Amino acid sequence: MIRLIDVYKEYDNGTKALNAIDMRIDDGEFAFLVGPSGSGKSTIIKLITAEESPTAGQVVVNGFNLNNIRHWQIPYMRRTLGVIFQDFRLNKKKTVWGNLEFTMRIIGASRKEMRQRIPYVLDLVGLTDKSDALPDEISGGEQQRVAIARALINNPQMIIADEPTGNLDPTFSLEIMTLLERINAMGTTMLVVTHEKDLVNRFGKRVIAIKDGELIRDAQGGYGRPV
Amino acid sequence: MKKHGFNLFYFIREGFASIFSHGLMSFAAVCMIVACLLIMGSFSLLAVNADNLLSEAEDDNEFLVFIDETFTDDQINALGAQIMALPNVDAANVRFIPKEDAKATYIERYGDESMYASLPDEVFRDRISIHVLDLSKFKETVDAVKALEGAANVRDQSELAMSFVAVRNGATALATVLVGLLVCVSLFIIANTIRLAAFTRKEEIAIMKMCGATDGFVRWPFLIEGLVLGLTGAIVAFFLQWGVYILVLQGLEESGVFSIFVPIPFLEIWKMVLAVFCGAGALIGMVGSGLAIGKFLQV
Ligand SMILES: Nc1ncnc2c1ncn2[C@@H]1O[C@H](COP(=O)(O)OP(=O)(O)OP(=O)(O)O)[C@@H](O)[C@H]1O
Ligand SMILES: [Mg+2]
Repeated sequence: MIRLIDVYKEYDNGTKALNAIDMRIDDGEFAFLVGPSGSGKSTIIKLITAEESPTAGQVVVNGFNLNNIRHWQIPYMRRTLGVIFQDFRLNKKKTVWGNLEFTMRIIGASRKEMRQRIPYVLDLVGLTDKSDALPDEISGGEQQRVAIARALINNPQMIIADEPTGNLDPTFSLEIMTLLERINAMGTTMLVVTHEKDLVNRFGKRVIAIKDGELIRDAQGGYGRPV
Repeated sequence: MKKHGFNLFYFIREGFASIFSHGLMSFAAVCMIVACLLIMGSFSLLAVNADNLLSEAEDDNEFLVFIDETFTDDQINALGAQIMALPNVDAANVRFIPKEDAKATYIERYGDESMYASLPDEVFRDRISIHVLDLSKFKETVDAVKALEGAANVRDQSELAMSFVAVRNGATALATVLVGLLVCVSLFIIANTIRLAAFTRKEEIAIMKMCGATDGFVRWPFLIEGLVLGLTGAIVAFFLQWGVYILVLQGLEESGVFSIFVPIPFLEIWKMVLAVFCGAGALIGMVGSGLAIGKFLQV
């Protein structure tokens, strides 16, 4: 569960990125976060992942109050989240399997757990036969599916995706979004930042829209529909 | 714990891989550590030898006072008592040596044919052998004895003893300053090497942190990298130090100084040198990398 209460964010250079944002995403939900470039979407994600801290207001993530979280607790908070980026950010020197294995090693998983979990997740994202490939040897859509597998591998409560389809052509975009929907249906909360109006309209999920750092709309349904 | 051992293997492998991925910088760091340890080691060995020399000198921290020939036995006894009462005199070790004994000692040392053998006893004077307790107050004690009535002459080696003290103190002071300076330089170099290593892996570190890696998990490979650099430098420095020591000893042997003092053989102190080098190298390596990596963990 994510809770932002009256959140303001002003960057060190004086840019006011967020203005009195209130939002709540419950466990099991699927929500799109939309808005024009520079409106503050990535800033919201960074507040949730504790990369940035709010200038004012409260941020609560899966039971962790980020306003008074201890530095050593941050990794444990992050383990409840799976993060997906526009540019995938895979380790190019490691195979698909290696990327997943490494992510499990980070949280101290045993070899046995790895041998069980990795094939399961690879199957879920449909990459069983690419297990030994390096990131450069597979397509963009496949790379993003590896990134999704990585976000899923440690079984987080919630997945946060910042423009997961931004670098992909439309056929891949639909495929990725469908995969995210399927993962959500299995119980993982999903927050997806995107620009793609068509996709948002097509899926008919909850849409949170911000503009100039302010929340302008939060409703079930399509991207551009009036409130 | 099983999981921990598993990660330890990963940390070590990553640490080594990182060293070779920027070999030139690692090489420079190792060279720097070698230089630092070598300079530090050379001065320390100089100080240790001076110290050893000094304690040997302290073994015969003796001087002789020759007694006025006109003195009677009673007067000699009185003089002995006065000497024993002086501060810094080892009272239990004040010994009267009659001239006959002194002659016998000389003959023994220089052989029957020496000029001493044919000399009459009267050429030698009665003397008292005195040992001081604190060598640094040697001069004062000698002066106090000289001031006594009947002490005709005093033979001492205070000049030599004092110069040993000076060498030791000088070497120790210089070593301390140099070590401090060089430790700072080494830390700086190591920190920069690790900073470079961390910088080239900045993205990777950021992703690791996003996936919930603890600071420790990110830090360990770099600490091990620093440790390996430090220990490599220590081992190389150890062997170079060994060579330098042997060369210096050879040089000294040719110059004939060994009649005055005997240096400590390297094989007698190699364990200590190796332990100190490894300890210093490991510490510099790990502290240096610890300093460097902090910034990259703030993700
Ligand atoms: N680290 C930063 N320092 C200063 N200003 C920043 C920083 N990051 C973002 N900003 C500014 O904050 C505002 C919101 O940026 P943000 O990245 O959240 O937008 P966004 O909605 O994600 O945009 P896009 O759709 O282009 O990704 C922008 O004006 C941006 O220039
Ligand atoms: Mg953005």
